[in-house]
Amino acid sequence: MWARIVALVIKEFLAVLRDAASRTVLIGPPLIQLMVFGYAASFDLNHIPYAVYNQDSGYAARQLLARFSGSPNFRQVATINNDAQIAPLINDKDALLVLHIGQHFTRDLLTQKPARLQIIIDGRDSNTAALALNDVSGVLLDFNQQWAAAHSQRGPPAQLVMRAWFNPNLRSRWFIVPGLVAQLTLVVTLLVTGLSVAREREMGTFDQLLVTPMRPLEILIGKAVPGFVIGGLEGGFIALMAVLWFHVPFVGSVAALALGMFFFLLAAIGIGLMISSLAVTQQQGLLGVFLFLVPAIILSGFATPIANMPEAVQLLTYINPMRYFLIIVRGVFLEGSTIPMLLSQYAPLALIGLVSMSAAVWLFRHRMA
Amino acid sequence: MNRQRLRGLVRKEFLQILRDPSAIAIAFVLPVFLLLLFGYGVSLDAHHVPLAVVVDQPTAQTSSFIGGLQQSDFFDPRPYPTIGAARAALMRRQVTGIVWLRGDFSRDMLAGKTAPVAVWVDGVDANNANILQGYLQGMWQNWLQLQAEQAGQPLAVPVVAESRIWFNPALRSRDFLVPGLIALIMTLIGALLTALVVAREWERGTMEALMASPVTMGEILLGKLAPYFVLGMGGMLLSVAMAVWLFAVPLVGSFWLLLACSALFLLVALSMGLLISTLAKNQFVAAQVAVIVTFLPAFILSGFIFDINSMPAAVQFLTHIVAARYYVAILQTLFLAGNVWPVVLSNSAALVLMALLFFGIARRKSRKRLD
Repeated sequence: MWARIVALVIKEFLAVLRDAASRTVLIGPPLIQLMVFGYAASFDLNHIPYAVYNQDSGYAARQLLARFSGSPNFRQVATINNDAQIAPLINDKDALLVLHIGQHFTRDLLTQKPARLQIIIDGRDSNTAALALNDVSGVLLDFNQQWAAAHSQRGPPAQLVMRAWFNPNLRSRWFIVPGLVAQLTLVVTLLVTGLSVAREREMGTFDQLLVTPMRPLEILIGKAVPGFVIGGLEGGFIALMAVLWFHVPFVGSVAALALGMFFFLLAAIGIGLMISSLAVTQQQGLLGVFLFLVPAIILSGFATPIANMPEAVQLLTYINPMRYFLIIVRGVFLEGSTIPMLLSQYAPLALIGLVSMSAAVWLFRHRMA
Repeated sequence: MNRQRLRGLVRKEFLQILRDPSAIAIAFVLPVFLLLLFGYGVSLDAHHVPLAVVVDQPTAQTSSFIGGLQQSDFFDPRPYPTIGAARAALMRRQVTGIVWLRGDFSRDMLAGKTAPVAVWVDGVDANNANILQGYLQGMWQNWLQLQAEQAGQPLAVPVVAESRIWFNPALRSRDFLVPGLIALIMTLIGALLTALVVAREWERGTMEALMASPVTMGEILLGKLAPYFVLGMGGMLLSVAMAVWLFAVPLVGSFWLLLACSALFLLVALSMGLLISTLAKNQFVAAQVAVIVTFLPAFILSGFIFDINSMPAAVQFLTHIVAARYYVAILQTLFLAGNVWPVVLSNSAALVLMALLFFGIARRKSRKRLD
């Protein structure tokens, strides 16, 4: 039996890697995507383009504006002097926000009336707008504190002193890059396994396989191994790059990550082989891969939190292997999670792997004819 | 170009579609399914965020502060007896943040000093943590205002911010994500529809039969494009209808302009599929390429969710080869801001260029040769 499986595994590896185009597609793009997406996928704003509309000639306005121009988060793109100039700047996306200081700003400040800083902001991208407003209030908070201290005014009765755990500077790269480990591993594994049976069916070589003494289970193991090896190697390499290239802290245990990767690959290969056994043509296989891959990534917590989803969709995420693996990867990288702390994630992941593998075997047997 | 021959090819292609209905499913069922799932599922608006609240010494001042948290829809404050218990809960991911009012909170406030409120947030999801901090700041400012009003004093803050948010005053993330989702879904559908169609003819040997006929390669490609364009536009209309009526995204700009730009984008997406199919000549490789070059780049590099302006310059440059980038900009602008011609025209021009480029390369690379 083992000799047969080994022979089949060699054949499957050859089928995937012999074709130069297929070889390139499997190895090149995931690594390029890691580099590009690692830099691109970030919620951190830097150089927020803003315009200044200052009608006050006093020194307080200049002081406040100097804080914006001195901040690395902001980049001044224009200075305007009437209301009509605001709309074109915002509409054409030349500036994300306009800081408007009215005529009596300095006077109000000196007479201890609340002085107003008006912020006109482009809300098309609501997340960017919300984050930019946060940054503006950060600058304002500093200014207010210093102004109150310098003019011996009373401070506010209470003040928030905020700290973030696990990611003190709130760098979203630390959140996204470990997510990419999961995402790209899933893509590669599905690419290797998702079409493999459908291709044999369409080419007619499936019938040849069936007349050999191999049992269905053996054929399936032969198809699973290349996905496991290629997915595991690329996943491991991407995790290594996350640490060495992107300098994401890795505070947990390597064993915890490896165990998570093992179960995740099992689940991904099971699902890939399920799709593959169901599909009659490669077109259907491709459709199946997309139909699983796209929701699996979008509803995994990779970019938008699961907690924000409605209850029904949240329930759906419990069958998504990405969900558990993301918690494992991020826990191991940032929170220092160890195997005992992650048992509640391994268990459902292993279950999904077991169920999908069995389903693949069953489908495979029943759709052989 | 011969119209009769082209008509014959289109008819053949339509018959093929009707025989394997998976293409019809891709065009009509897929957008509805994906838009439903993601329109509801993808949101950046946090609500009822579980917060651990630790009050060392309950007083009138602390309960007024906690009252501010309780009234807000954003938070779900849960009392914890000690800071140690709250930290343990944060470690176990039962709460996303901690608000700690120390024993001297009321004493400081009554003495006219500024009482510090210690806040910790779980920083693993940095974006969510940022948004949470913003909500807390907002709640804190409301509370200051209320305190000042109750004491009959003016607000003790030197400069107050007054924000006017254009186009999406409530900052509903759905209004910005749903138009982006249409772009993402149409990218997928465009690629799925055409990525395999030329490769399939090669693989099955029917391409040789086509070559033996008097049709030209240009006609073959156009014949493949036309039926899928009709199907794709159907799916597109369904998506726009759902965005407007189901998800209540305001469509401020012109519907006809939206339709024109969408047709343009669909042409780009389909031509890209054709190009993949022509270059690969093999369904397996074509499928792999389609998965890699369509979904993830459209998801991450299009400005659908990650702001392009914040990317490093080299990556920003790369985003120019992602067609979805232009379509996302057009959609977000047409839906929320209106017919802003500079945005629409410059992005449409880029789409025209890409359509010509993809179709042109596909045309050049498909010769009537068997090798």
